[in-house]
Amino acid sequence: MKQRIANILMLIVALAGASHVFAQVNLEINTPGITAIQGSMQKRHAELAPLYASGAVGLTRDGNVALRDPAAVPLPQRAAVNSLIAAENQDRAALYREIARANNHPEWEGDIRGTFGQRWIDRARSGWFVQNASGAWVKK
Amino acid sequence: MMVFRSGGRTAMGVLAGAALVSALCAGCVTINIYFPAAAAEKAADRIIDEVWQLKGGVPASPSAPKPETK
Repeated sequence: MKQRIANILMLIVALAGASHVFAQVNLEINTPGITAIQGSMQKRHAELAPLYASGAVGLTRDGNVALRDPAAVPLPQRAAVNSLIAAENQDRAALYREIARANNHPEWEGDIRGTFGQRWIDRARSGWFVQNASGAWVKK
Repeated sequence: MMVFRSGGRTAMGVLAGAALVSALCAGCVTINIYFPAAAAEKAADRIIDEVWQLKGGVPASPSAPKPETK
């Protein structure tokens, strides 16, 4: 009797666990908020792409962009580039936060940032600068 | 728990214990959901495709030497 109950209990626990695993196949990213941020970042990319290519701006491990080589930007343009970087990082922070919230797990924000950080770097074009595991800049 | 000590009702005790354990387990599963790393990677790739325009043949960076190889 005890054995049977134990078996049934194990089955229930196993089923509960299994259904849970299958419930999470995709993350929700199709919300108006996420789409808007994505659109703003896509537009900004036209201005950022030449800066990635020249090495002035690089991709950081924590899912942001940073001014890597100020000397690669002519002085008169430096302020504009800095505000471009600030705007991009603001959008990125909002993107990571919105994805976490859209999936009802605000506490995932840090993990989502980490995942994006890795994927931006993995998919960066050759010639772009990215941070390695110890935070040093390397050219892809 | 008294129920466990009364000899004739061992089965009842086990059942009650089982109910308690399964309730606790269900609670744990609901509260501590692990981060779905693979799903997050997929989501990141979809968004990166859009932001960097990596699909659809539009070169995102005019100054990049090889726009579509990756």
